[in-house]
Amino acid sequence: MTTRIGVVTFPGSLDDRDAQRAIRIAGAEPVPLWHRDRDLHQVDAVVLPGGFSYGDYLRCGAIARFSPVMEPLVEQAKAGMPVLGICNGFQVLCESHLLPGALTRNDHLHFLCRDQRLAVENADTAWTSDYTAGQEITVPLKNGEGGYVADERTLDALEAEGRVVFRYLGGNPNGSRRDIAGITNEAGNVVGLMPHPEHAVETLTGPTTDGLGFFTSVLKNLVTA
Amino acid sequence: MSPKSAKNLDTVKHAEQTPEAEQPWAELGLKREEYDRVRDILGRRPTGAELAMYSVMWSEHCSYKSSKVHLKQFGEKAPTEGPGAEAMLVGIGEQAGVVDVGQGYAVTFKVESHNHPSYVEPYQGAATGIGGIVRDIIAMGARPVAVMDPLRFGAADHPDTKRVLPGVVAGIGGYGNCLGLPNIGGEVVFDACYQGNPLVNALCVGVMKHEDIHLAKAAGTGNKVVLYGARTGGDGIGGASILASETFADTSAADAAGKKPSKRPAVQVGDPFQEKLLIECTLEAFHADLVVGIQDLGAAGLSCATSELASNGSGGMRVELDDVPLRDSSLSPEEILMSESQERMCAVVEPGKVGRFLEICEKWEVTATVIGEVTEGERLEIFWHDEKIVDVDPRTVAHEGPVYQRPYARPSWQDALQADDPARLARPADGKELRAAALALVSSPNQAAKSWITDQYDRYVLGDTVLAQPEDSGMIRIDAESGLGVAVSTDGNGRYAKLDPYEGARLALAESYRNVAATGARPLAVTDCLNFGSPEDPDAMWQFAEACRGLADACRELGTPVTGGNVSLYNQTGEAAIHPTPVVGVLGVIDDVARRTPMAFKDEGHLVYLLGETRNELGGSAWSQVAHGHLGGTPPKVDLERERLLAEILIAASRDGMVDAAHDISDGGVIQALAESCLKGGKGARVIVPDSMDPFVFLFSESQGRALVAIPRSEEVRFTDMCAARGMPAARVGVVDGEDLEIQGQFTLPLAELREAHEATLPDLFG
Repeated sequence: MTTRIGVVTFPGSLDDRDAQRAIRIAGAEPVPLWHRDRDLHQVDAVVLPGGFSYGDYLRCGAIARFSPVMEPLVEQAKAGMPVLGICNGFQVLCESHLLPGALTRNDHLHFLCRDQRLAVENADTAWTSDYTAGQEITVPLKNGEGGYVADERTLDALEAEGRVVFRYLGGNPNGSRRDIAGITNEAGNVVGLMPHPEHAVETLTGPTTDGLGFFTSVLKNLVTA
Repeated sequence: MSPKSAKNLDTVKHAEQTPEAEQPWAELGLKREEYDRVRDILGRRPTGAELAMYSVMWSEHCSYKSSKVHLKQFGEKAPTEGPGAEAMLVGIGEQAGVVDVGQGYAVTFKVESHNHPSYVEPYQGAATGIGGIVRDIIAMGARPVAVMDPLRFGAADHPDTKRVLPGVVAGIGGYGNCLGLPNIGGEVVFDACYQGNPLVNALCVGVMKHEDIHLAKAAGTGNKVVLYGARTGGDGIGGASILASETFADTSAADAAGKKPSKRPAVQVGDPFQEKLLIECTLEAFHADLVVGIQDLGAAGLSCATSELASNGSGGMRVELDDVPLRDSSLSPEEILMSESQERMCAVVEPGKVGRFLEICEKWEVTATVIGEVTEGERLEIFWHDEKIVDVDPRTVAHEGPVYQRPYARPSWQDALQADDPARLARPADGKELRAAALALVSSPNQAAKSWITDQYDRYVLGDTVLAQPEDSGMIRIDAESGLGVAVSTDGNGRYAKLDPYEGARLALAESYRNVAATGARPLAVTDCLNFGSPEDPDAMWQFAEACRGLADACRELGTPVTGGNVSLYNQTGEAAIHPTPVVGVLGVIDDVARRTPMAFKDEGHLVYLLGETRNELGGSAWSQVAHGHLGGTPPKVDLERERLLAEILIAASRDGMVDAAHDISDGGVIQALAESCLKGGKGARVIVPDSMDPFVFLFSESQGRALVAIPRSEEVRFTDMCAARGMPAARVGVVDGEDLEIQGQFTLPLAELREAHEATLPDLFG
């Protein structure tokens, strides 16, 4: 049986088709989910893609978090279903309190699109097990509000529990606290990051294929589960 | 008294009863004879609403009244044979041209200007420029897949440029990024001539299957007219007039009409989120076959959309203005007709399909309202509170506007300008001076890296970007299985065009064509944005006429038809017009994007060849500007047959895997191209000045029809044999090697020093 991974489209989602493509290249079946869906159509995992859900009005991810689809998603994420939030998806996960902290305006106040080096610090999550801890990868980064912030106690806890999954290398692109690019929840099934692994899955259109590991990781974990 | 109260309403009946009522035609931008013609057409004085419609639709921006007689050549001289002519599916006159790119796919692309609004309000002006061109593309039935922005600003170090540029760049990024369209290229040029008149052009590319092509027309009596998208507000009223007005002091037309609404900005405000929904909703309705005709609401808003839809169709149209969803309930009917609120579209839908159409709009949370229907007869009738306020033949509004033969003459200063040959300028005398000149060139604002700007644009979204700036052209994959793709480049050199507008337009096409071929794609079709001064100035009008003639001739010679575009006149403050700036976009097709040729020197040991002939041509060159602040002489010679041959060589080399890198040589000459290819690949090069050539001319001349290529040694013989057989001059000038760009016997530039010089300029100015 093929593994089915849902990709939620909110009004204003932009990288949803790219996430579907990456899932397909990794060998799983992408399942489009609509923000008004009240169930997850029996998918095995979910990606919340990049974009500007609801135009990023009010606050990035703040409106999307109230979409009908988020109710079963939060419930199943808490029950262990793998969920990956990329860029805007990371912002939605923070707004939904599946992950701690928040994303704020880049400290230089500009949108920034560049190929970003990252250190994989936790290779034990549902989405990173195909990497090795300490591995360096390069994937595109593109956002205007990617500065990760949390209070010191939360940051200390994230560090102590090994929940910082990715850290920026070669210069902090947006003022994120402690160079944090991505984090996970305590169970390691929910991961959020600002850079875009789904844009690094083909040599033709990405800077590398370093992003494919996200999708092969979850696939293996689901198959062996 | 409120202008919308029925007893004050200027109805058709009222207009008939009060033939001598004073009307503010002059304030609305009409000339006396134009107003008289409206009265002749109607057989009475126009109502206020009709006057508003005619004034915006007959403005320069909407009617092309000064440019039409010259633009005709693009049709008359269009190539009738060759791949470009055979690929044309929809030509000039529709919202955008459509080109067949094979495998059942069609591509539509168009460039437009949003110059004046971007000077007044840089962020919103540039943002809504993207919004407008994207709606043109979706109105054809295509999914937008990429945007590009050719930009011109005043002097880089002028204080006002620090106001305009960051706003324009943030506006393009803010709108385009949120819309989810990769920005894959464009241009950024600084010159003091654009100080009061920056040029903000925007190009969009869309892809569809042949069967999905849709044209804007309202056919079929009884069909419903559906307005969908944003609600109509007071923004941008009179925008169409201001777009083409002599000065920005011509304020809100509605104000001038004595209606005294509250002051509202004449520049529109964009909402990219709404536009994203509009894209998805429109394409879904197209694919469900629910649409007879569709038109976007841009300049002149509902006036334009209703009159164009009706005049392109077979019948008339009846519109109930009361049904238009409003953001501001105090708007008068004239204001509703003229409003340029963004993110709105108008569809003609069969009555039986209206329900499904509205359902799709509801799915995407887009407001949609039936505001009228297609009627028998040939009149466009608009009602407000059950009173008829417009009763016109829509063709007279949309297509039968005034046409002017503006006087033009070769400017008195043109001869003196051409006689001022750069030969008199002091040139670098030795290797040390050449080195300094090279560094000054690559760090000058026009030649410096543009990544500070382009890094604010998303180039990855949609996942099909194969090449993006600073490559010679942007390239997008269309079909993931076959690898079919398109490449697009935009180019225009206002300095060349100032020296000779006829040749300048041909040079713009030559460069854009060459840029597309350099990436391995076959050039097929052209879109153009013609940015000029005032048509009422005979000098500027001559430049325009010459540029049109040059571009039309060159398009015929290269077999690349013009599919559409845009004219922006009145880019002039007082006597000072901008350099004539024809911006030419060329679209090319490539069978397999995996075969693309990038510009970077990546592999040590690869041989660097210079294709083409280098002559002593420095008129209008980047060197003459950077080193001497000079503009004079004549631009480089154009040889379109040579351009065609060079393109054939570059395409064949890409297809057969003979070259590893290729880079067009244009402004800045060989040294600029070498620096860019080395920096992109992070590899140096050892370069030898060919025997008998002056090192300065070799490095800085801007002779056309040239490119640099990097070739693996294993392919050298095959490549040089091909060039020899086809009569293409090819000289081995160096090898990719090391950490320096070394011009042997002259100077050495470590890459780190070159990179610092090339990349620090824009962040230092604007960061």
